[in-house]
Amino acid sequence: MADPLLDIRDLKVSFRTDDGLVRAVDGVSVSLYEGETLGIVGESGSGKSVTVMSVMRLITDPNAQFDGEVIYKGTNLMGMSQDQIRSIRGAGISMIFQDPMTSLNPVYKVGWQIEEQIREHEHVSRQAARDRAVELLTAVGIPNARERADAYPHQFSGGMRQRVMIAMAVSCNPDVLIADEPTTALDVTIQAQILSLIKKLRQDFGTAVVLITHDMGVVADMADRIAVMYAGRIIEQGTQRELFYDPQHPYTWGLLGSIARLDRPRPRRLTAIPGLPPSLMQLPAGCAFGERCAHRFERCRETPLLLDRTGTGHLDACHLSAQQKQDVRDRAIHPELVEERP
Amino acid sequence: MTDGAVELALLREGPAVAKGDVLLRADHLKKYFPIKSGILIQREVARVHAVDDVSFQLRAGETLGLVGESGCGKSTLARCIARLYDITSGSLEFEGADISKYSRRQLRAVRRDLQMIFQDPYASLNPRKRVGAIISDPLRIHRAGSRDQIRRRVLELLELVGLSAEHINRYPHEFSGGQRQRIGVARAIALKPKLVIADEPVSALDVSIRAQVINLLDDLQDELGLTYIFIAHDLGVVRHVSDRIAVMYLGKIVEISPAEELYQRPVHPYTEALLSAVLVPDPDLSASRQRLVLEGDVPSPIDPPSGCRFHPRCRYATQVCTAEEPPLVQHGSLGHLAACHHPLSFETQVNAWATVPVSAEAPLSETAIT
Amino acid sequence: MLTFIIRRTLWTVVVMFVITVVVFFIFFKTPGVDPARALAGRNPSPQTLAEVRAQLGLNRPLVVQYGLMMKRIFITRNLVSYSDQGQLVIPEIFAAAPATLSLVFGAAIIWIVMAIVMGVAAARLRGRIYDPILMILALIGLSAPVFWIGQVANLITQGGLHNSVFSWVPPLGYTSFTVSPLHWFTGLVFPWITLSILYIGFYARVLRANLLEIQTEDYVRTARAKGLSEQRVLLRHTLRTSMITFVSLFGLDFGALVGGGAILTEVVFGIHGVGFLTWQALQNLDLPTIMAVVIYGAFFIVLMNALVDIAYAWLDPRVRPA
Repeated sequence: MADPLLDIRDLKVSFRTDDGLVRAVDGVSVSLYEGETLGIVGESGSGKSVTVMSVMRLITDPNAQFDGEVIYKGTNLMGMSQDQIRSIRGAGISMIFQDPMTSLNPVYKVGWQIEEQIREHEHVSRQAARDRAVELLTAVGIPNARERADAYPHQFSGGMRQRVMIAMAVSCNPDVLIADEPTTALDVTIQAQILSLIKKLRQDFGTAVVLITHDMGVVADMADRIAVMYAGRIIEQGTQRELFYDPQHPYTWGLLGSIARLDRPRPRRLTAIPGLPPSLMQLPAGCAFGERCAHRFERCRETPLLLDRTGTGHLDACHLSAQQKQDVRDRAIHPELVEERP
Repeated sequence: MTDGAVELALLREGPAVAKGDVLLRADHLKKYFPIKSGILIQREVARVHAVDDVSFQLRAGETLGLVGESGCGKSTLARCIARLYDITSGSLEFEGADISKYSRRQLRAVRRDLQMIFQDPYASLNPRKRVGAIISDPLRIHRAGSRDQIRRRVLELLELVGLSAEHINRYPHEFSGGQRQRIGVARAIALKPKLVIADEPVSALDVSIRAQVINLLDDLQDELGLTYIFIAHDLGVVRHVSDRIAVMYLGKIVEISPAEELYQRPVHPYTEALLSAVLVPDPDLSASRQRLVLEGDVPSPIDPPSGCRFHPRCRYATQVCTAEEPPLVQHGSLGHLAACHHPLSFETQVNAWATVPVSAEAPLSETAIT
Repeated sequence: MLTFIIRRTLWTVVVMFVITVVVFFIFFKTPGVDPARALAGRNPSPQTLAEVRAQLGLNRPLVVQYGLMMKRIFITRNLVSYSDQGQLVIPEIFAAAPATLSLVFGAAIIWIVMAIVMGVAAARLRGRIYDPILMILALIGLSAPVFWIGQVANLITQGGLHNSVFSWVPPLGYTSFTVSPLHWFTGLVFPWITLSILYIGFYARVLRANLLEIQTEDYVRTARAKGLSEQRVLLRHTLRTSMITFVSLFGLDFGALVGGGAILTEVVFGIHGVGFLTWQALQNLDLPTIMAVVIYGAFFIVLMNALVDIAYAWLDPRVRPA
């Protein structure tokens, strides 16, 4: 396989607080290859956003500590000076965020905000930047782009603002687009529009995408490979098919089981994961998911490593044997369907 | 009552899913918000048609789901039913009494039986009050017993919603989102209400916690015989909890139907589009499904489109849709109403769910890697 | 936008009218107070009293009384101060206004520039020792009484060092710009600094807090993610939005000062401005002057308020009327 475009190696991010050290990201290693879409799935506090914000070096909290490497095109982003990382932000790697309502500056016209980014990275005239901004707005599906470029963000709907954000993100032809919960704040119909727009841009420009989400439906639709995060670590990582049709980690089973699915008969009860995620200040010894796991046993007191336990390149961090997993999995994900089976 | 009226009443009730007696009846309910403007004296220049002529009926013990995009009026409707808003016109009968014109004083007695759960468990709990005080507030306001009795009731409620007695003296910020929503639920059911209106109660919660809270609401309904109006934008969640579902678009109910039937056989093109936009956590199904991407945004409720309000975004729209507003009439089985000039028939649907994929041959999670 | 400005201006007129009515009632219709006696100064002769009564039309209906009063203030401008040898009040205020305007304008320029420099520097240097040092300086400025700073300044510039380092400082008082621009400037340097110190402290602290708050906004994160420099993020994105708060504060303070609020500074430095006039009038219980100054001051505050609203709409497109 070719060298990865973006290679995160043993990234650790922690925050000093009055109550102790919060280990937000605890040794994450994951790679992104050219043209692919990597989904990072996890719940709030799992460290998925902190991971990508650290890649962009966007965490400004003076209490944050970083360790590990992020290799982009052969250089370690973590060791770069402010000026060097700036030349990559928005040009090589760009980002769109969850809430389009607050992610654009309310006092500037949207066209201007796109031009600003273009002119930061390329020496072009105002007029050229302007024309490009209008082109981009048209490309992301904003009608009357030339006029709308002179409108302020509040004059757009949420979906349209997310389109503007996307236009801005791709304005300098980035190699990597990081989308942090890009559709969470939007309605289903608008979510469908935005996701198909991202797919189209991915096709047209060959941009690799890192998609952060808590929604298994979104990665089922978009991702080529998926990493599942829990309490600051990746607990399972594999191709889309592996994750959905052969999930190895009980937490992944829990995520899949707790969804009220429209494509299956209605179960009497949803399979909830009991309890709460652990505090990132006092992670339990051993497997972080252990306390909530119905299948825990002796060995779970040792921290399980993220290893290729199936021999197919599909990584997971669970001590259960392949056979054990096979035996309990279906019941764990959708017990009622299993019971109905003759 | 004329024959026609009887028939109509029957339709609305939907006897197929009818449970107890009629608890709530909304009739031509309207809520307009005035928009004011003027140089010195502000006068009304326009109106937001937030809820525009909504009629439905709710039986005791039933759960009615409300779905629709943001701005469709579902939250406004919920707040009108809870009488947190004044109603512009129409009637709202709760247990046989028209509460649409009740004064605040008269409403106090009704509030006992009619409670709300809100979306944001962070914002809807007073951060300066202890959990015990938050849950006991409604009990004290309605003088539901002595101090001791109230305390015992609070402990009971905490247990009921899955929190422990030691939580009684803590503050909301010491809890996680899911636990806070449990506190909100405990507060809402403290007075043993008859109707609980849940406005996006799980939208702010993580997936795994979401399932916990939904199961809790389910259990409480069984134990306490609650009636729910359940609002959510997650169609999967709504289908899971609801007996009947009403789909709203721009202030109107465009389709109302028994839950399972709505998903199997949507009649209104808008429902079809909504369902089609839902993502399924199954890559193969996701790839094979034909998706109808609904173009554009919801139009402004200040100046809604003529005729059928959905016509500018509808792929089946014709002349009649711009001219005439379609009435809400029966389609398919009893209790399944839709307002559309071009109702979808079962055969033409692109989106009949590939439900029940499970058979003895096809395992749930086939090891499909070859 | 134009209708917004027209509407705002009309409102200003309405508010001004209400203020004059309220002032009129306070001075003329407070129960148990004989306005003629109050207006006629200390120990008036029966003659004066009768004269005042006739002038004010105290035996005529209320509306006429109000009308007469307003006519004397705004049209004929012949409201007389009885405690001050029949001085005409309105021309006196107008004569005092340039001194006040000079003082407040100069101070405002200093305090805006300094507050922005200090606030931005503190926000930029957050987490380092300079931030708390700047903020403690600001707090000192905020807490130091104007009359004390003024006196100290006078002591230094007019006292021991007057013949050496500060020989360029003219004696206390105000020299009109038209008489000598140089003396106008040198005479105002220390009053400007004195008056601005309080406001520098206050504005720098408010601005810093506001900047830090805005730095956590999502759109500032977006600006960083675009690859903009810290400098540009701070100036074009953070500071620009902070100006919305800044301007609304400034308008009100500026209006109050121009309207006669710089009493202490004017008195300490012997600048015969509107504040000084107010101080004198208060000492002599010179009610006609006090009344006129109150209306004059209210006028500036209301005017600045209107300007702030218009500036607000200009700065923040979200409140800009469509």
